[in-house]
Amino acid sequence: MKNILKDLNKAFENRVRLGIMSALMVNDSMSFKELKRLLDVTDGNLASHIKALEKKEYITFEKSFIDRKPNTSYSISKLGRLAFKKHVTAIENLLKN
Amino acid sequence: MEKRKYIEDIEAIKDMMDRSSKFISLSGLSGVLAGTFALIAAYLAYSTVYGGQDYMEYRKAVLTTGSLSKLLLIAISTIVLSIGCGIFLTTRKARKLNQSIFDKQAQLMLTHLAIPLITGGVLCVILLLKGGVALVAPLTLIFYGLALVNASKYAVDAMRTLGLIEIALGLLATWFLGYGLIFWAIGFGVMHIIYGIFMHLNDRP
Repeated sequence: MKNILKDLNKAFENRVRLGIMSALMVNDSMSFKELKRLLDVTDGNLASHIKALEKKEYITFEKSFIDRKPNTSYSISKLGRLAFKKHVTAIENLLKN
Repeated sequence: MEKRKYIEDIEAIKDMMDRSSKFISLSGLSGVLAGTFALIAAYLAYSTVYGGQDYMEYRKAVLTTGSLSKLLLIAISTIVLSIGCGIFLTTRKARKLNQSIFDKQAQLMLTHLAIPLITGGVLCVILLLKGGVALVAPLTLIFYGLALVNASKYAVDAMRTLGLIEIALGLLATWFLGYGLIFWAIGFGVMHIIYGIFMHLNDRP
């Protein structure tokens, strides 16, 4: 039981962060706007959670211009993918007990 | 106590994965309507092609220029009515689910649906012009099925099953060539109604 709890990742406790990671697991990349619409949160709220995940190096971003408007698209990193899988496995194991 | 939160977490993960990569707003009700239109169309097509013949005698499919244009009219109005109702009901459902029919997910699904569908459509027009009318009904079923299977990755899982059934019906219709219209009525009419009811009942509120 202790071991399972150790595998649970604090970074994914929050629902918004969990949502960002889930969406990026199944999409190559998503823009800020798409994530915002999907999760139904405010700009500031989403930005702060994205920053936290960036800091952990779980997600990467790429800035570009679409029709001269700045556009940031986010992708999951290798590290993030591994961490998220570990987290989900931990939850599943926890629920099995 | 904690367990509840984790069950909700897993549900949230699944929901986010689905909503971010799939178009889940396809309306079940529009499936029922499309199926009903298809059945009416099949009946009208039947009476156009086989109509006015003696009941007791062997029936021949009669295809004159007049009946061909009538068939085309039936086909086009069925398509317009089905797609029109589909778009209307799906937009309504999408708004409820916080999706849009112009989303990336909707576009992905539509492109994957359109490629086999347009291929099949063009092929059927060529066959109609070159005189292979008998194969049109089976081929529309087969290509529609392939289109559904292809698009199902970006939509609800049940779409894949529906696609496989349509393909099987199309192959059967190719084998029993004279009964194309019956298989067509089952595939586009009955199956859509069943699928639509299934989808409608499965809807999460």
